[in-house]
This record gives sequence, C-alpha cells and structure tokens, in this order.
Amino acid sequence: MGKLWLICIASISILLPFLCNAFSPETPTDRRVLVLLDDFAIMSSHSLYFNALKSRGFDLEFKLADDPKIALQRYGQYLYDALILFCPSVERFGGSIDVAAIVNFVDSGHDLIVAADVNASDLIREVGTECGVDFDEDPSAMVIDHIGYAVSGTEGDHTLIASDDFIKSDVILGGKKIEAPILFRGIGHAVSPANSLVLKVLSASPSAYSANPKSKLSTPPPLTGSAISLVSIVQARNNARLLITGSLSMFSNRFFRSGVQKARSQTKHEKSGNEQFLTEISKWIFHERGHLKAVNVKHHRVGETDEPALYRINDELEYAVEIYEWSGTSWEPYVANDVQLQFYMMSPYVLKTLSSDKKGLYSTSFKVPDVYGVFQFKVEHQKLGYTSLSLSKQIPVRPYRHNEYERFIPAAYPYYGAAFSMMAGFFIFSFAHLYSK
Amino acid sequence: MATMPASASDLLKSFKLKTKQQELLIRVSILCLVYILAFITRLFSVLRYESMIHEFDPYFNYRTTLYLTENGFYDFWNWFDYESWYPLGRIVGGTLYPGLMVTAVLIYRILRFLRFAVHIREVCVLTAPFFASNTTLVAYFFGKEIWDSGAGLVAAILIAVCPGYISRSVAGSYDNEGVAIFALLFTFYVFVKAVNTGSLAWSLASAFGYFYMVSAWGGYVFIINLIPLYVLVLLITGRYSMRLYVAYNCMYILGMLLAMQIRFVGFQHVQSGEHMAAMGVFFLMQVFYFLDWVKHMLSDTKLFQAFLRITVTSAVAVGGIALGLGMVSGYISPWTGRFYSLLDPTYAKDHIPIIASVSEHQPTAWSSFMFDFHILLFLFPAGLYFCFKRLSDATIFIVMYGLTSMYFAGVMVRLILVATPAVCLISAIAVSTTVKNLTVLLRSKNKVVQTGSTKGSGGSKSSSKALLDQSQPFQKNGAIALLFGAFYLLSRYATHCTWVTSEAYSSPSIVLAARGAHGNRVIFDDYREAYFWLRQNTPQDAKVMSWWDYGYQITAMGNRTVIVDNNTWNNTHIATVGRAMSSYEDEAIEIIRSLDVDYVLVVFGGVTGYSSDDINKFLWMVRIGGGVFPVIKEPDYLVNGEYRVDKGAAPKMLNCLMYKLCYYRFGEMMTEYGKPPGYDRARGVEIGNKDVKLEHLEEAFTTSNWIVRIYRVKPANNRW
Repeated sequence: MGKLWLICIASISILLPFLCNAFSPETPTDRRVLVLLDDFAIMSSHSLYFNALKSRGFDLEFKLADDPKIALQRYGQYLYDALILFCPSVERFGGSIDVAAIVNFVDSGHDLIVAADVNASDLIREVGTECGVDFDEDPSAMVIDHIGYAVSGTEGDHTLIASDDFIKSDVILGGKKIEAPILFRGIGHAVSPANSLVLKVLSASPSAYSANPKSKLSTPPPLTGSAISLVSIVQARNNARLLITGSLSMFSNRFFRSGVQKARSQTKHEKSGNEQFLTEISKWIFHERGHLKAVNVKHHRVGETDEPALYRINDELEYAVEIYEWSGTSWEPYVANDVQLQFYMMSPYVLKTLSSDKKGLYSTSFKVPDVYGVFQFKVEHQKLGYTSLSLSKQIPVRPYRHNEYERFIPAAYPYYGAAFSMMAGFFIFSFAHLYSK
Repeated sequence: MATMPASASDLLKSFKLKTKQQELLIRVSILCLVYILAFITRLFSVLRYESMIHEFDPYFNYRTTLYLTENGFYDFWNWFDYESWYPLGRIVGGTLYPGLMVTAVLIYRILRFLRFAVHIREVCVLTAPFFASNTTLVAYFFGKEIWDSGAGLVAAILIAVCPGYISRSVAGSYDNEGVAIFALLFTFYVFVKAVNTGSLAWSLASAFGYFYMVSAWGGYVFIINLIPLYVLVLLITGRYSMRLYVAYNCMYILGMLLAMQIRFVGFQHVQSGEHMAAMGVFFLMQVFYFLDWVKHMLSDTKLFQAFLRITVTSAVAVGGIALGLGMVSGYISPWTGRFYSLLDPTYAKDHIPIIASVSEHQPTAWSSFMFDFHILLFLFPAGLYFCFKRLSDATIFIVMYGLTSMYFAGVMVRLILVATPAVCLISAIAVSTTVKNLTVLLRSKNKVVQTGSTKGSGGSKSSSKALLDQSQPFQKNGAIALLFGAFYLLSRYATHCTWVTSEAYSSPSIVLAARGAHGNRVIFDDYREAYFWLRQNTPQDAKVMSWWDYGYQITAMGNRTVIVDNNTWNNTHIATVGRAMSSYEDEAIEIIRSLDVDYVLVVFGGVTGYSSDDINKFLWMVRIGGGVFPVIKEPDYLVNGEYRVDKGAAPKMLNCLMYKLCYYRFGEMMTEYGKPPGYDRARGVEIGNKDVKLEHLEEAFTTSNWIVRIYRVKPANNRW
C-alpha cells in the first residue's frame, strides 16, 4: 500500500510541471484549448487545421457543443486557456456554458475563435455581438461577389469568394507574404462602429454584398463592399485575443487543399492561402507572436541609483524600462524606435522617445518641468498587432524647500547695500544727535 | 459708624485700605470665575458626544497639526501635500496660517515637558476654549482701558458666554478663529493702550499681537484696515497727537515686517489692494508731522496756509499717481473677491458662486443677530450713546470697531464673530454705567442720611444733595426697579446663552443626533463609518471624488487622495468636479477617467431627513460648474425656476450623475410608514426617477443610514 502511495506521489510530482504548463504571464502561449463542435465529423473534415495546432504543442479537447458535461471552469479555476467555437448552428450550449460564461472567459484574459456560418444560430450571433461584430441579420444571407469570386468547376452563384484584402500587419499575419487568395464561403459581418478594438483582418472586395443567393434581391443589401468583414480580430483591453469569422468551411481540409483562381485573373494558385493565413493568425491569437512585456521600470535622479519617493522641480532624472517580446518559446528583446515616455499631469509635460540598446532596454533622461504636482510616468505603447503596453507610475513633484533657493543673488546687492548703509547711517545719526552740541 | 470712638479717622483709614483690598479680591475672584466659566461652558460638546474634532476645516487643521508634531517645523513649513487637489497638489506650508497649529503644538510640548501625557488631539480639542478664557481677560483689560474696571468686568462676563463667540470656540471646533479672536482683541487692546500712553513698548506689543493675528487668521485684514481708518478719523477730528504718531508708525512698520514673514501673506502686505489703506495713512502721518514741524518753524499763518495747500495737493497727487501706476503695472494687485463681497454684498452672488455657496458667507438674517447677541443687541446702542457722551481716543476706537464690525456682521454670517467682542465691550459700558449710576443713586441717598448725622461736607456736595432730595422717593423706587430689571435681563441673557450653547452650537456635525420616535436620542455616525471604510477597503493611492465640502474630512479621516477640498484655491478644478456631477453619466465618466478617479462619494439625506446633503447643494455645483464650463446651464435643472426632484423635475436633473448616485436603489426603499417607496424624507417628495441604472460606476459602500454613499469607478469595458 505504502509503495502505491509513493508511486502516486512520485508520478504526480513528475506530472505536475506538465499539468501546470498553462497560460501564465511568464509563458503567455496558450496550451489547453477546448474545441466545441456541432458534430464530430468536423474533426476529420477540418483535421488539417487541428493537426497544425496539435503539432505546435496545443492540447486540443474536442467536445460537442451540447454536451451536458462541458464546463469552462471548475472551482473558480479555468480549465482551458482558449476556446474554439466551431459550432455555428448550436442553439444552446450544454453544461454551464452560456454567452455570459464565454464573455467572462474572455474578460479574464483567455482567447477565443468563433466561426459562424450561413444559418448561424442566435447564440453564435450573440457571441459575435459581444465581441463587437454584427453578422448579417438575414440568416440565409451569404457574401456574394460577382467580380471577386473564385473560379470553380461548376459555375455557381458566386458565393465562393477569393479575397486577398488583408490587414497590413506582419505581426498578425506573419512575415511571409500570403500569395494566394483566401477562399471564403459564408456569412458576412460588419464591425460595430462603437467598438474601437475590433479590426478587419480580411475584408471583402468593393464589389461584394451580402444577400440570400437563392432569392431575388428586392431591397438594397444591408452590407455591401469593403464594409463587409470576412475575418475580424479583437484584442481586448486585457490582451485577450479573439477571432471572428463567418465561414466555418474556410478552415476545412477541402479549402486548405483546393487550388484557387480568382475570376478575371490569369494566375492560378495550386493551393489556396487559407492554410497559411489561418495558421499564422492562430499563432497571433494564441500569443505566439506580438506579445510584449515590460519589466524593471526604473527611474532615479541623474547620478543616483535609488528610486526617490518624490522629485523636486527641475531635477534631472533618468527613466528606463525593459521590454521583451514573446517568440513562442522564449522572451526576445523587443526592438522598436517608437516607444515613447510621457511625464504626465492631466496632459503630457514631457514627451520623449525612448532610446533602445537593441537588447530590450529602453531609457531616456530629462529634466522635470518647473511645475509641481502629482505626475505620472506613462508609457502607452499601442502598436497594431502587439499587446498594448500601458505602464503608469505615479510620482509627486514638489517645489523647492525654503533653504534650496540661492541665498545671495547678485541682483539683490543694491538691497544689501541699502540695508547696511541704512544701519550705519542710523548709528552715525544717533551718535551725532546724542553727543553733538 | 455713628457710634465710633475717638480714633475714628485712624480706623477709617485702615477701613478704606480694606475696601480697596476687598475690591481687588472680589475683582480677581470674579475674573477667575469668569475664566473658568468661559472654559467649561464650551465643554457641552465633549460631554454630549466625545472628545473629537468638529466640522470640516478643523479636520484639516488637525491633520496639519499632527504633521507638525510628527515631522517638526521645517517639514511643516515646506510641506507639499500630494494627497489633496489631485493631481495638482497643494503647498500646504505656503497656503495656510500656521498660528493655530504652532500654538497647539507649543501647548502640547509644554504639557509634555511638564510630564502630562496628553495626545495632540486633546490639545486641539481644548485649544479654542482655552483661548476663549484668555479672551475674557483681554476683554477685562480692554474694558478697563476704554472705560473703567467695572465695565471691564462686565465685558469679561458678557464675552465669556456670548453665543456669537461660542459658536466658533466650543471644544472641538479647532479652527483659526478660535485663537484669532483672542489675537484680534489683544492687538486692539494693546494698540489703544499705546495710543493712550504714547509708549513705544505698547506699540511694539501691538505689532507682535498683530503678527500673531496674521499668523492665525486671514481676518487680520480687518485690523490693518480698521486701525488706519481710526487714525484717519482721529486726524480729521483734530485729535492728532505725538502719542498717535508713535503708536501707529511703530505698529505699522514692525507689524508689516513681521507679517511678511508669514509665507501665505508675504509680499501681499505691500502689494495687494487691501493693504494699501494702511500704507496711505502711514504716508499721511508723515505729511502731518512734517506740516506740524513747518507750522512750528513758520510763524506767518498766511505763508503756512499757502504752504499747506501746495503740500497737501502735491501729496495727494503723488499718492494718486503712485497708486494708479501700481494698479496699471500690476504691481499692486486689485482687491480679492472676498474683499469685494464684503463691501458689496451682492458681488459674490453675481460673480463668484464659490464664495456665495458657502453657508457661512450668506448675509445674516435678523434672527441670527437676536440668537447670537440677545440683549446685547439693545445694549449696543445704549453703550454707543455713553461712548459718545464721553468721547476719548479710546472710546472713538471702540465705537468705530463696533460700527464697522456690525456692518460686516450684517454682510456675512461668520463675521458676527468679529463683531462680538465690540458688541460685548460697548454693551458692557452700557450695563456698567447704568448699574453704577443706579447704585450711586441708591447709596447717595443713604449717604445723605448718614452725612446728615455726621459733620457737613463741601459746598458742591450739598448742592447735589439738595438736588437729590427733591425727587428722592421716586428716584429710589425707580432705581430699585431699574436695577431689578437690569438683573432680570442679564440673567435672561445667561440662560439664553447656556441654552444656545447646549442646543445649537455644541453639535460636532460629523456625528448627527436626532430624536427617535420615543424621544430617545439617535446617533447617526455615518460619516466616520464611511471614512473608516475608505481607509480600510480601498488601495492606498485611491483617488476619491466628492464635492469639496468633504475633502478635508476624507484626507484627514479616510487618508485618501481627494480631487478638491475645502481650501477652494482652484476654481476650475472645483468646476470640473461640479461639471462631472451635473453631467449625464457617460459624459461624466470621461471627466472622472481624466482625473484618475477611483471612487466617487456622495452625501445623501433622503433616508434620514438630513437636509444638508448633496442634492440640496447640487444647484451650487451646477452654478460653479457652469461658471467655468458654459455647457452646464442652470435652467436645464429647474422647472419654471423651481428646483425639484420628484416626477415633475427637469429631465436633465433626473438623469445627471449626482441624482443617479444619490437615488440609486432608493426607489425600492420604504423610508416612512404610509408613504410610497422612494419617498425622500429630506425633500418630502416621492422621487421622480426610481429606476436608476448605472453603467460606468458601481455601488461600493453605503453607510447604515445611507448618509454617505461610495461608488467605485468601473474599468473601461474590456472588449469595447
């Protein structure tokens, strides 16, 4: 019996590091991913995508969306680091999951991929709305593009689109340019104008519109042109990353493998850009790229090393911060030339670009303005694709003490002279007045 | 006496000496009793509640005193407080009158040195009563100086219990005025003494008294304007003398040099408009002295007349040009708003709402004169009559002090305090003279009988005796009746004073008391509950936004950073808070975020019926906010010029941040039996918007009687 215990403990202690190998500020890449599916057939029809994830070390757990046993958290701890919703038609999640649970999941810093499709359920639409995108209200609407469609064997209704209108960001889409257009068939969405965080990664062409391909168009379509977003991302304020798309089939093996030729274009690509695009973007979503951290914020007077509790006006000070980028496996120095520091009290009094030593250390020195008050060192580095760095450190700036002023100033010598000559004069006058005669 | 032995003259001599001793004994014991009385009558608040600091400003004074005891004088002098007026901060050392704190710490050090293990709070609580006791002594000497020792004694007694003074000097009311009235009266007394004697020493003492006053309270401006005015009046009435010259010049020059040592005053003393009168009179004195000398040298009157004309014209011209140049170049600053509003009571209302919004800056109601002075109000004119009958340099001073301060008391409620010593002194003259005359009448009648049996006296005395004899019976009865009347009035005065002190002026206002349904006393300790919650449950560097009234208390008791406080030095900052409070929530949140606010605190009296809450102060927030940001318009919050919170209220009123924060969740609450839910007991109406939803703020804490409500500012939406 004792031996069994020993083995148990030993195995737990060996396994523990692996069990704990989850998302943390130190290793921000996600590990445990829950995939909710409409049916298990998707596992095989989309296996290329899932295998790509698995090969990068993700631990995928496939569940049916209406499985009554699914849960995102247990005992207040989240069981997963990310959630993939490949269940466009689910009306009600099983278990304890609902829209609020998903929202909370995101709000506590976890990532989410949502793929809707034609006839997406209200539930999925609601998730989309919470993330700041509005799917076309017509449930059977699809994105149609009579000019930018993909040439296929059967002359169809132009709902299979080939789009190559990407967001221009190497951080999100990877350094390698995506040559082939992306195949897309599904519902379009618009980004909510009230939401400032949602970005269109893949937009439809100006000739696209969203309508039901089976019925005749009686009214102007609500969504047209490049206002239609095919794939959108959100980086929430807590750096949770979200991907929303209106097509589940764009993740499928068929789309991954099929060649693509855009209408009115001579170039025929052997393979669509879907695999490269979706894999690269999943790297971004799962924090393998574009994740920054700032550590070791230091500030002190020039010539000193200790951080003071407060500064005096006109002090010379030095400020330094180290910024690193997560490469997926380790923290690499972040190299940029546009990290700026504000010395801020209701408005920036000092705004300086930090100089970098290319090893992650950013520093600058400046003179405290001649204004007292409670200032903040602020680094607001918000760059497309990167996690937003927002450091602020409060520091009071005091005026001079009474004995820190210059004691004798040249301009005052006339006054000193006047005072002393007055004293002398008074003395002589008193003497003369008292002892003359 | 009639059966006295032969050595009557010897005995009489020793008896006379004895009367003097007796008189001294009685006088000293009366003064001692008055001294003690003045102290203990101010202890109601300590006995009723506990030994604590009252109201708003005293909390700041207490906090600074604590800082002074802990960190010493130089740190206090250079204290930059970054916990108030976030993010601007406040140079506390340079923007306060340190006299009160230094005094309290000095008393504390002395007690410590004598091995009394007191806490600084106890010293602070009892500072004002202690100085009130000292004021009675000064009043005695002042009365003695301007009239006689009888008037002095009466003045001491009157001022010891006068409600006008007690209102600002009960135990726990640790405010500048507590010591300042002592300093004020002392300065005046010593100055009058200096004018009477022409002594350099006394005028030096008055300069030091003035210095203490400057260090204690901004009301010193009254001294530096009243004394020149007095001097001017003496010059005009032809009472110029060498005594006056010595007293004023010494006092002005030394007082000015000393006053400039206070950082808060500094160069204002020679540059600001309020102090120019003193300087003008100073130069006028020199011109007067010069003219006197010239007159003395020139025997020709005609020549002197010509000289006088030229000198006066050129002096006035030079003075006028200097003043004009100073004003234009900005070297002499114009009068401040507070000073203007004293001279023109309607000025603040039209131009500076922040001054007009303070309840103690309101014009005085008649009833409060009656409340604070009682019979003194009738004795004051009588005293003035006696003063005019016996005009001297001293009585002219007290008359001028009385008249000017009475005018100021009419302009602002809080200045009743300044008028109180003058009113007491002048009334004391009336009381003392009347009683003295009456007793002289009574006693002289007895004397007539006595002198009739003894040997005859001087001719003048016999003539007066004859006069007395003529209307003796009527006079005697009348005198007795009048004496009784006087004593009745004075005893009524004592009763009234005690009643007022115990009922009206001894409430700490931080702990509220009310009568329960069964006549029992109910204590609402919500303020301290809320501040304690802040201290215990919020991060150390949390910023709390509230209306400025509560700023000092939050920093002192809650130990948290505030945006604005009772030192209303930056009108724009206060207006920003006023604007946030009177905007819709989504507009307000922008302001709140820009000020890094973490918590918003409001005071709400709808549950308890506490009427000085934020809803009743709200129109001032609108006015002050609108004064700087014209997007806030007062008519938007009124319906037909009427301020209401019920269903008929203006839509903007029903949805502004202050309304929402006060009435959040109030619509579902039953406050009074037989009334609908959401019945506001302070306003006596059912509120108009019962379904208050908050978007960017969430309720963090509400005290047990809902008087203080604290809201947390939610972080920005994560996904939007």
